[in-house]
Amino acid sequence: MPLRNYPNWGLLVMLELFLISAIKIAFVVGVALGAMPFVVLFERKLLGWIQVRPGPNRVGPWGLLQCIVDGIKLFFKEEIIPDQADKPLYLLAPALVVIPAFLVLAIIPFGPTVHVLGRDINMSVTDLNIGILFFFAIASLGVYGIVIAGWSSNNKYSLLGAMRSSAQMLSYEISLGLSVVGVLLLAGTFDLRTIAEQQAGGFWHWYIFQQPLGFVLFLAAGFAETNRLPFDLPEAETELTGGYHTEYSSMKFAMFFISEYINIMTMSAIVTTLYLGGWTAPIEHGLLPPWLAGPLWFGAKVFVLIFFFILIRGTWPRLRYDQLMAFGWKIVLPLALANIILTACLVALDSPWWVFCLAGLAVIFVIDRIVTMLRRSTLRAA
Amino acid sequence: MQKTIEIFPENLELMTLNMGPQHPSTHGVLQLVIDLEGEVVRKITPIIGYLHRGKEKTAEVKTYHQFIPYTDRLDYLSPMSNNYAFVSTVEKLLGIEVTPRATYLRTLLCELARISSHLLWLGSQAMELGAATVFLYIFREREIIYDLFEAISGHRFTVSYMRVGGMARDIPDGWLEKVQAFTDDFPKRVTEYEDLLTLNEIFLQRTKGVGMISAADAIDLGLTGPCLRASDVGWDIRKSNPYLAYGELDWEMVVGTGCDVYERYLVRMEEMRQSNRIVQQCIQRMPDGPVNIDNPKVIYPPRDNVHKSMEDLIHHFMLAYEGFRTPEGEVYNSIEAPKGELGFYIYSDGANKPYRLKIRSPSFVNLQTLSKMCTGRLFADVVAVIGSLDIVLGDSDR
Repeated sequence: MPLRNYPNWGLLVMLELFLISAIKIAFVVGVALGAMPFVVLFERKLLGWIQVRPGPNRVGPWGLLQCIVDGIKLFFKEEIIPDQADKPLYLLAPALVVIPAFLVLAIIPFGPTVHVLGRDINMSVTDLNIGILFFFAIASLGVYGIVIAGWSSNNKYSLLGAMRSSAQMLSYEISLGLSVVGVLLLAGTFDLRTIAEQQAGGFWHWYIFQQPLGFVLFLAAGFAETNRLPFDLPEAETELTGGYHTEYSSMKFAMFFISEYINIMTMSAIVTTLYLGGWTAPIEHGLLPPWLAGPLWFGAKVFVLIFFFILIRGTWPRLRYDQLMAFGWKIVLPLALANIILTACLVALDSPWWVFCLAGLAVIFVIDRIVTMLRRSTLRAA
Repeated sequence: MQKTIEIFPENLELMTLNMGPQHPSTHGVLQLVIDLEGEVVRKITPIIGYLHRGKEKTAEVKTYHQFIPYTDRLDYLSPMSNNYAFVSTVEKLLGIEVTPRATYLRTLLCELARISSHLLWLGSQAMELGAATVFLYIFREREIIYDLFEAISGHRFTVSYMRVGGMARDIPDGWLEKVQAFTDDFPKRVTEYEDLLTLNEIFLQRTKGVGMISAADAIDLGLTGPCLRASDVGWDIRKSNPYLAYGELDWEMVVGTGCDVYERYLVRMEEMRQSNRIVQQCIQRMPDGPVNIDNPKVIYPPRDNVHKSMEDLIHHFMLAYEGFRTPEGEVYNSIEAPKGELGFYIYSDGANKPYRLKIRSPSFVNLQTLSKMCTGRLFADVVAVIGSLDIVLGDSDR
């Protein structure tokens, strides 16, 4: 009897869908949560090497168990809730931060479509045809958690941190959204899987080469979105002690901590997908089966970006609040708009990829010269 | 009653923020009460005294030599300068002149202390602006300086190395070569730091035009040290009233015109290079001969003689038991410490301890300018300005 005629066929299909999704969700969350402590450890190690010190090296070989021990420590720490805190909101805030961080992982394609047991399975939790919009929608929800955390703690430092972060994230959200339009114009779709597939066939197909300006702007706005140096004002340690999470302890603090690193990983993954060809190999090789090569390349690219995130943290000072806003509204936003117009014109003219590349680089070069000239003149005036 | 009602609407917008005494960037236990309008500072009141240990009062019950370890703990980032400022004041009171070797050795140590103090300032200044890496780099050089101090005094941090009339002991063999190796390497290190910060766009934005203070205001408020020189005032006690060997050495006073945090950064960076030059010249010219004066009434006689001669034994006993007596009178002596003018005022009634001792500490006076520099600026600038003032609360609270 063909399966189709089986009485409970619909139920089976549902069960199958459910099973596949469950496995994929478990895989993605497992990898993200499992990798997160090692990203933290890697950051601490790398910062250590940058700062001429060994970094964590006491627990386990090369300090590999340090992250696990830290997790256990946080778990057993005393839970302190300030007397004057708004308790329901105070308890809600960490969840509001951590949930969007994980939700965004759902749309990231980390490998090609594979054929298993007669079924085509996409290596991503879900393939939304509005993937990018979903990313912006969910990523901006994270700010609620931060604002509520800062407000409900009833601490002035937390409040200042929350104020800063809401202003910062709202401003850079716009730049983030606009800087990605260039890629969308080229790709003609919101679907992250399609965008990644269009970049297959060699690294020269990657959108970073057609959108150098967009890439730089997206990365800058991405740093601001994830509250990393030089844009880590919401938690600026030397000014606001801990910013919005000053009053949080134990696992509630860990929630903020986890979501920060998950956000870094997500942001790196999005940048990889949009500009660095996603899971596709830089050069076609066929050495490994695609179901293995895809995730490996994807992981490698994400790793490089995380490496870059940490390098910046190890070397740069922090911007001031007004400078951060000025940078967002007066530099990143106009440039993102310029990038849209430029890309639109070139797409309309049907230009080859190197024209895009040269035009983008030219804009970057001109901006760099102008900034350098302005800086020199202020230095001379002083 | 009416007045308070009138004031009230103005204050409605302000949020009073207590910054410190437990805060990552108040350099110890400084408390700042800041009235904020959004992120803009409308009023800033430093509250000091959390580290007050009554040093001036303590001096009245300690003999002169017993007070030397207390001076280590004033500006604990440059104990050598504090030692020297105190012992030179007592020497002035006694009217004694130290040996040439002691003079050059003290000059060398004061400049090493300046380098070490400026290095820590650099680290904390950069860290307060968010660049934590510099703070760890500076400890490479500070470690070397600490090792050098340990080799001569037995202590890394609180050295208590100087004595009235000389030093605790002469330097060990080969010590000057170690200093030489350090000074050969040091200018390269300063260049490394400058590569990281001097033309960094974010660093420039955070420091240029921040914490401005005009030369007139700086003089009115008694600002001294690198902060004053960054406000275009050529005042350095090492030049204006040369003490130690500074008059005989070839070095330049660093003066800047920017009046802001960035200029203070530039001035201190250049001062480190100049200090390095002074140290090198001291090594070259280091005279031979005794390090202590030959006056057993003031300083311990050599240990061998104590075992052999009756007089020296008695001198040793009397110095240890009740110290030396000074002539009646009052004296003020100040030096250019790394953070500014460090002065000691001693009023003596002829006893073996000061009748009154007053310390003019640079951190205390420089801190006064904070309100002038920060009012109307953003909250984040307060942190940058505190860093540029380079205060030490042990020095300010005494």
